[in-house]
Amino acid sequence: MNEYLVSVLMGVFFGFISRLTLLRTDFRQYPTYPQGRIIHLSFGFIAAFIGAVATPAVMESDWTAVTFLGLAATQFREVRKMERETLAKVDEFELVKRGTPFIEGMAQAFESRNYMVMFTGLVTTLFAVYSVWLGAVAGIVKLFVVKFNMSGKLLLDIADVSEGDIHFEGPTLYVDNIVIKNVGLEKSRQIIMERAVGIIVTPKNQNSIVTLSHLGQRQAMLHHIATVLGSFLDSGEPALLPLAKRDLEDGRIALFVLPREKDFEQIKTVLEHVPVLDSAIRMPREADKGKG
Amino acid sequence: MAEQHTIIVAIVTRKPENLQGGGAPVFIVEDEEALQKTAMTLEKIMDAAAQEINTETIVLVAR
Repeated sequence: MNEYLVSVLMGVFFGFISRLTLLRTDFRQYPTYPQGRIIHLSFGFIAAFIGAVATPAVMESDWTAVTFLGLAATQFREVRKMERETLAKVDEFELVKRGTPFIEGMAQAFESRNYMVMFTGLVTTLFAVYSVWLGAVAGIVKLFVVKFNMSGKLLLDIADVSEGDIHFEGPTLYVDNIVIKNVGLEKSRQIIMERAVGIIVTPKNQNSIVTLSHLGQRQAMLHHIATVLGSFLDSGEPALLPLAKRDLEDGRIALFVLPREKDFEQIKTVLEHVPVLDSAIRMPREADKGKG
Repeated sequence: MAEQHTIIVAIVTRKPENLQGGGAPVFIVEDEEALQKTAMTLEKIMDAAAQEINTETIVLVAR
């Protein structure tokens, strides 16, 4: 077994490094505490180890070990469940909620990262068994693949963001010509006129019209603005709750938000970098509906 | 967010003759100022949204 020691260690090393590079703490604020990081790093370490010992096990024709490794890999499905549950619980206390589809996307990402780590470990060890240097090169290549190939589409790929005009007709609040809601109190209307920003998100094609209509996608947009730019809101202030409404005619989305920062350029940049949720992506144009 | 159950928790009005029965208490007020003030107080108490039906009537809606 000693002949494999170096290659297995290399596999574990590169696998662990790839988990480290994937563990980002940014404005999404999760995980931030060392406790949260430890959970993911140790999971990543186990995943890297499983990936790394797979190659030697096959080469030694130790099929029992290979089968057990396969079994161990399925345990990582639990990661997704764990993440989903935690995030869903935390979400109950958010002023502007993430929304279940967004959480599902995050949980999916957490699970798939472990498989990527496992795969990195596997590939690195596979090459390192032949030559340590080859293994190092394979490991570094995998790191780049992991880092740059694991991100989805952003809102700017599917839609244009422009500023909308906020105005009232009687008690009814409009952003451009899209109805948002009815505001009964004069005082709330004043606050809204002072503080609110209207945004129009125009889908770029037929597919993105359907994607943007997804309620989870809209909630994700509102959540992003609220986390990055703050919100002028408290619990029990339903009049100031940010909302996203849709123009039924052409599928444009009107957002009504009360951010702490009213600078539209910032809002635009934040919105353009909202991820397009996996569960919201629809491709009706790809479907066969009897005409071209 | 997907499913919303909306109920009217209270009604504030200047024209009680336009209203009839129902599950929500009705607050009758004298003028525009009292209408806004009562509606605001109720909004804070009930954590509900005040929405204007017309200039005489505001309903408080809980979602």
